[in-house]
Amino acid sequence: MSQDFFQGYKGDSLEVLKKYNVRVWGQAEIETTRGPFSGTILPRSENDDDQHIVVKIQTGYNIGIDISTVTDMKETGYKKANYKIPEKEFPITPGLPKVKLFGTGGTIASRLDYRTGAVIPAFSPGELYGAVPELADICNLTTEKVFAVFSENMGPKQYMALAKAIGKEIENGIDGIVIGHGTDTLHHTGAALTFMVQNSPVPIVLVGSQRSSDRPSSDAALNLMHAMKTAGHSDIAEVMVCMFGPTSDEYGLLHKGTRVRKMHSSYRSTFRTIGDTPLARVSRDDIIPIKKHYNHRRKDRNVKILPYFSDQVTMLYYYPGMRPDTLDNLVEAGYKGVIIVGTGLGHVNKELYPAIERAHAKGVHMYMTLQTIWGYVHMFVYDTGRDMMAKGIIPAGNMLPEVAWVKLSWALGQTDDPEAVKKIMLTPINDEITEREPYNGYLVYQGGVPEVEEFVKNVHK
Amino acid sequence: MQKTFNASDNYQHTMEAIGYVTRQKATQQDYDRIGFMSGLEVHQQLKTKHKLFCKCPAGIYQKPEEYDAEVIRHMRPTLSELGEYDGTALMEFKTRKKIVYHLANETACTYEVDDTPPFHIDREALEIAIKISLLSKLNIVGEVHITRKQYLDGSIPTGFQRTGIIGVEGEIYLKHKKIRLIQLSLEEDSCREVSDIGHTRVYRTDRLGMPLIETVTYPDCLNPDEVREACDYIRFLNRSTGLVRTGMGAGRQDVNVSCRGGSRVEIKGVAHTKWIPDLTHNESFRQWALLAIRDELKKRIKDTGKWKMSHLELKGKNIPDHERFQNSHLKDQKLMAVNLPGFGGLMSHFTQPGKIFADEIKDRLMVIACLIPPFMMHSEELEPSLHADQWASISKQLKGGDQDAQLLFWGPEEDIATALETIDERCRMAIEGIPNETRKSFADGTTIFERVLPGADRMYPDTDTAPLPLANDYIEKLKEELPTEVIDRYHQLQKWNIPEDTYTYIFSRNLFPLVRRLIEELGIDPVFAGTFIGHTFKFIEGHYTRAAEFNTNMIFGMFKYLLDKGIAMEVAEYMLPHIYEHPKMDFDSVLDSISFKKISEADILSMIPFFKNKFAETARQHTPENEKNWIMGELRKKAVGNIALRKLAATLNS
Repeated sequence: MSQDFFQGYKGDSLEVLKKYNVRVWGQAEIETTRGPFSGTILPRSENDDDQHIVVKIQTGYNIGIDISTVTDMKETGYKKANYKIPEKEFPITPGLPKVKLFGTGGTIASRLDYRTGAVIPAFSPGELYGAVPELADICNLTTEKVFAVFSENMGPKQYMALAKAIGKEIENGIDGIVIGHGTDTLHHTGAALTFMVQNSPVPIVLVGSQRSSDRPSSDAALNLMHAMKTAGHSDIAEVMVCMFGPTSDEYGLLHKGTRVRKMHSSYRSTFRTIGDTPLARVSRDDIIPIKKHYNHRRKDRNVKILPYFSDQVTMLYYYPGMRPDTLDNLVEAGYKGVIIVGTGLGHVNKELYPAIERAHAKGVHMYMTLQTIWGYVHMFVYDTGRDMMAKGIIPAGNMLPEVAWVKLSWALGQTDDPEAVKKIMLTPINDEITEREPYNGYLVYQGGVPEVEEFVKNVHK
Repeated sequence: MQKTFNASDNYQHTMEAIGYVTRQKATQQDYDRIGFMSGLEVHQQLKTKHKLFCKCPAGIYQKPEEYDAEVIRHMRPTLSELGEYDGTALMEFKTRKKIVYHLANETACTYEVDDTPPFHIDREALEIAIKISLLSKLNIVGEVHITRKQYLDGSIPTGFQRTGIIGVEGEIYLKHKKIRLIQLSLEEDSCREVSDIGHTRVYRTDRLGMPLIETVTYPDCLNPDEVREACDYIRFLNRSTGLVRTGMGAGRQDVNVSCRGGSRVEIKGVAHTKWIPDLTHNESFRQWALLAIRDELKKRIKDTGKWKMSHLELKGKNIPDHERFQNSHLKDQKLMAVNLPGFGGLMSHFTQPGKIFADEIKDRLMVIACLIPPFMMHSEELEPSLHADQWASISKQLKGGDQDAQLLFWGPEEDIATALETIDERCRMAIEGIPNETRKSFADGTTIFERVLPGADRMYPDTDTAPLPLANDYIEKLKEELPTEVIDRYHQLQKWNIPEDTYTYIFSRNLFPLVRRLIEELGIDPVFAGTFIGHTFKFIEGHYTRAAEFNTNMIFGMFKYLLDKGIAMEVAEYMLPHIYEHPKMDFDSVLDSISFKKISEADILSMIPFFKNKFAETARQHTPENEKNWIMGELRKKAVGNIALRKLAATLNS
C-alpha cells in the first residue's frame, strides 16, 4: 500500500494501521481494553503524536483511540470524503462592473487541510459564488491565483509580482481590483502596493478575514462583499484595506494602505487607520466617504508600475539598555537601511551613539519612527534628538514603522544616493506622512470610564 | 368543498379515526400499535469555577436589562467536514435573522463573541465529565477531539458549539430494563434567548460557554413512562456525583420520538421530566396522524411529483371583508391567497390535542418566513374567521377544486417569496410523510415547529484546539474517586424500606450520603431517616428561607446532638426550621426557642390519668378513639423529644 492510504499517520500508529490492514477513510470496528469503538478512520494531523488513531463515529463526532489499548481492528467498508465547495458558474450580468480578484492565500475562502489540521485556501469564481452567491449581484467577477502563501509568507517577491499583475489588469480595462490576503501582513502589502502601483485609475482593495470562512460567523463573506462593492462601484482610486468597522456585522471601513495597521491579534475590527480617519465606510448598499480628498476614479489607463524592492533593509526596535553591537552587527551583516523604532518622540540611549556614527560613516540609511504608533517624531525637542540627527538619523514624521520599512526597501530598490533616498522617503506618495494629525485621529478609549461605558453600550464597537 | 363541512367535527372524527387515546387511557398495547420509540439527550451543567474555553466565571446570571455592550452577527452555512451542507443551516440562512448579543463585562470576554480563539479546556470540567462517563459505563476515548457542531440559530456567536466526545457505548439499568447509551459529550452551553421577533433575535451571553455534558441514549424506551424513568435516572446519576449544578435550567433534556413508519423528531429543551410523558405521547400520535394524512394524500394525488399549489395576491375589491384587512391594518403588507390541491378536509385533520394540520404550516411560516402573528387564515379553522361563501369566492379566484383547501396569509413584501416556498415545502413533506424537525415544548404537552433537524453534516473538526490524550492512569485515578452508582443506591433505599415517594427528592438533592450516614453512623431507623429527609426536610425547604450558611451536614449534627442528649428524634422536626433559618444558633438555644423542656418518660406517662379524667368531664363523644387523639394532642408538645410518640400512643392504646 502506498503512503496515501495512511494520510498523516507515522511511527507507532502507522504500524498499527498496517498491522490490521485498515486504511484512512475505511470504516472500522476496533476492539480496545476500554471497550469497542466503530467509525471511519480519518487522516491525522502531521504535528500530532503517533500514539492515537482518529475515528469519526456514527454521530459525526471525531474521537482519538489510544493505540496501546487496541486489541483488534477490522475494516468493514471504505468511503473517501470529497470535500469541495459546490462550484457553480459565476453568472455574468450585463451592466455590472468588471472586478478582478487576485488570490494570494489567506482565509477568504478556505477548506480543511488534514496535513496540518488547519485551514487551507480554496479559490475560484465558482467556489466563491457557491459560498457567497450575493457577489453576483455586485459585480462580474474573474479571478486569478497569483500565488498561494499564508500572510506571514508574503514578501518582496510577491509584492512585485502582484504590482505587475495589477498593472496588466488595469491596462486590460478592469473596473476594480480586489486582492484576497491573509490579515497578518495585510498592511505591509497595502503600503508596498501604494508605492509600486501609482496613479491607478481604479480602486485596488485588499481584503482578508479574521475568522476563516469555514465558520458560520466568519467575517469573510461580508468583507468580500464590501471589497467587491468598493472595487466595482466606489469613486476612490487608491490602494485600500477593506475590513470590518465594528466587530458587529454592520459595515466595513476603507483604510489607506499607508496609514492602516492590524491592532488586535484576533478581533474582527482589528484594522485601524492610525493618526487620521479612514477613507470611507462601506456597506452592501453604499459607500460613504469620510475623507473629503482622495484620488478619484478615472477612465484613462495611465497607471505607473514601480516594482522595486531591496532586501537590505531591517528594523531595530529599541529597548532601554540596548547595546551598540546590536546595530553594529546589522551593519556588519550588510544591511543598507535601518528603520529605528524609538521611544517617545523618537529616542534611543546615548550608548548607541558610537554605533550610529559608525553606521552613518558606512553609508547606512537610518530613519526614526515611533513605538508609540501614534504621533510625530520630534527630534528637536530634546538634545538627544538633535544629537541623533547630527549623527545621521532622519526623522520619518508620522510614518508608521512598518510603512517606513516598506518605503525604505522600495527606495533602496531604486537608488543608493542618500539625498535621493531622503527625498523619496520624505515626499509622501499617499499620506504615509501627513501634514497634520486631526483631533479625531487618535481615539483609544479606556473601559470603565462612565462616558466610555455609555458609548460602548449604545454604539457597536 | 361541500358547504356542510364542519372543521370541528372533522377534527373530532379524524382524531377517532387514527385511534388517538389520551395518555390516562393509553396502554402498552396502544404504544405497541403505533410503534412508539423514544430516546433522550440529557444536558447537565457542571459545577466549575470557570467556563469551558475561557476564564470567565461560570454560573453568574444577569437580568435581561443588565448588559454593557451589544454585538451583531449573521450566520451563514458552511460545508461540513465531509463536504455537505446541513439542512438546518440552509433553513436558518433562509430566515435572514439579525442576531443581537448582549454582553456583560462580568460574564463575557472576547472569546464569547468569537473575537478570540479558545483557551485550554477547563480541567475541572473534563474530570467531572470523565467521572460521569465512567458511572455511565461508557468506553472512554483515547483522545478528546473538539468538534464544531453548527448552530445557525445564533444561540452561539461562533455559529458552532465546541463539543468533545468523552465516552461512547454505555448503559444504565432502570427498574425493569436496560437502556443503552450512545455517547456522552462535554460541550459549551449556549446563549439564553431574550426575544425573537420578526427578523431580529436577541440573546444574552452569561450562560454561553458554561461547561455542560450531554448524555445520549439509544431509542430504547417503548412508552412515555419509561422515557421519564430513564431521564430521571440519568439526572440522578449526574447529581449523585455532587459535581453538577442544580436549579432552574441547570438540567435540560431533548427527547427524540418516533412512531412506526415515522421520523425522528426532537423535542427541545424540556425543563421538567414530569412533562416528558405527555410530550412523548402527543408527539407519537402527531406522527401517527401525519402518516394518516400522507396515506390520504397519496390516494387523492395521482402523480405526487406533479403536485403544485397556486397563489395570487388579493388586492382592492378582492380583499375579503374582515376587520383585519381594513386599510389601516394591512398597511404595507401584502395579502396572499393560496390554493392547496388535495388538502381539503386535511387542514383540520387532528395532529395534537387542540391542533390541526394547518398549524404545521403556520408554525413553519412564523419561524422560517419570520411572519409576525396573526398572519394566516384558512378554509378549515376550528373557529372560522371568514364565512364559507367568502372562502368559496377565494377558491373560485384561485380556480380551486372540490378537494382543495385555501389559505390566506399576509406579511411584508420581502418575506412573501420565502413564505410561499415554506408553504409549498411543508405540503410536499406531508405527501412524503413526517419531516425531521426539532420542536419546542409547552407545559400542556403540545409542541410547535422550531427548526429542521440537523444531521451529522453539521460537524467540523475544531482547528483551534489540539487533541487531548486521556492516559490510562489518569482515568484509573478518577475511577477511585467515584461515588456509588445510582442504581445501587436505589436498591439500598428499597432494602431499607424507605417509601419510594422520597427517592426523587433524595437523589435530586444528592442527599443519599446523608441518609446513609444517619442510618449507618447514628443507627437511626431507616424509614424515619428516609422520610425525615424526603418529606420533612423537603417541606421545610419549601416553606422556610434558607440562610446562606446552612448546609445539610447540620442535619447530621442535629441528630447526633439529640442522640448524645438522649432526646427523642421527633423533636428534630421542630428544631430544623430554626436551624435552617439561623444556622449559627447552637442546638441548646434552638431547643430553648421551641420551648422544649426535658421531662422524663415516667413523668409524661404519669400525666395520662389527669387527662383521662379531664376528657371524661368535657368531651361530647366518649369513644376510645377520641379520647386517645385528644390526650395525644394535649401531651404532644411535652412529649416530643422526651418520649417516642409511637410509644406514647401504644401506652394510650393499652
